[in-house]
Amino acid sequence: MTGTLKKATVYVKLKDGVLDPEGKTIQKALSQMGYAEFLSVRTGRFFELEIEANGSDIDSRIDEVCSKLLANPVIENYIVEKK
Amino acid sequence: MKVGVVTFPGSNCDYDAYALVRHVMQENVEFLWHKSTDLKNCELIILPGGFSYGDYLRSGAIARFSPIMESVIKFANSGGLLLGICNGFQMLTECGLLPGALIRNDSIRFRSHNVYLKVEETNSAFTNAYGSEAVIKLPIAHGDGNYYSIGEELRQLEDDGRVLFRYCDREGNLTKESNPNGSVNNIAGIVNMERNVLGMMPHPERAGEKILGSVDGLKVFESVKAALLTLTTAGKA
Repeated sequence: MTGTLKKATVYVKLKDGVLDPEGKTIQKALSQMGYAEFLSVRTGRFFELEIEANGSDIDSRIDEVCSKLLANPVIENYIVEKK
Repeated sequence: MKVGVVTFPGSNCDYDAYALVRHVMQENVEFLWHKSTDLKNCELIILPGGFSYGDYLRSGAIARFSPIMESVIKFANSGGLLLGICNGFQMLTECGLLPGALIRNDSIRFRSHNVYLKVEETNSAFTNAYGSEAVIKLPIAHGDGNYYSIGEELRQLEDDGRVLFRYCDREGNLTKESNPNGSVNNIAGIVNMERNVLGMMPHPERAGEKILGSVDGLKVFESVKAALLTLTTAGKA
């Protein structure tokens, strides 16, 4: 028997204080374009996951995937949004 | 000595490392395929530069889970000499054998040129052939070489003398201008606490012949050879 299909979105972003040169460059570009009130831009990425959930440990499985692979806990934080 | 060079899909400096050991040093060298788990009794394992798995996700993040990495980590944890160059350094921080992380260059540019490095510590299996505080010239070629570490972790690295190489100018001064990627404290290469695992962004394997513009990288491998000889002699005594 197959389990139910669950969806989750994982947002990964650099920790506060870790330099984000891309964000900084985007912010500078905005400022030059006349959007000077956008004082800071931080970039990140997100992952959409489809999960065949068989057991009850789905939360810890997602957590494992995030901390082992999707994010590098040394420099990044992540947020999981389940649907 | 017998050297093993791991080839991942996307490695592109594996042949440089192979050629240096085989043709310049006339030593034994084998390629090790990333899907294998056999290190073929090699005494030095090299994780080479390149773009394993297209640098998808983060540089080195996926290669770190290749089958061979389990053997490599076991080898390192039992004292085996392990050298990660460029993408290999990124793998070493990703798998936790070395502290910190390598993030995007502060310029957001891919930097490919020669740099000067100060050899900060000669007390290691990788730098014993260099003169103290030597200034050497090696090429770099990376987009994610900005070494990041903070707080207690960074303090310990510094206090333990585990920073082996720093970016500097031609005279050996550690300046902001000579730092190609924004690395904290101009750090270009570090070892683990046991000093048997070295990660460095510059490429010593691409600086072993005059025709390549510099022979300054050769001493990394000569250091390893000397260290292995000492080990063997000590073992027999």
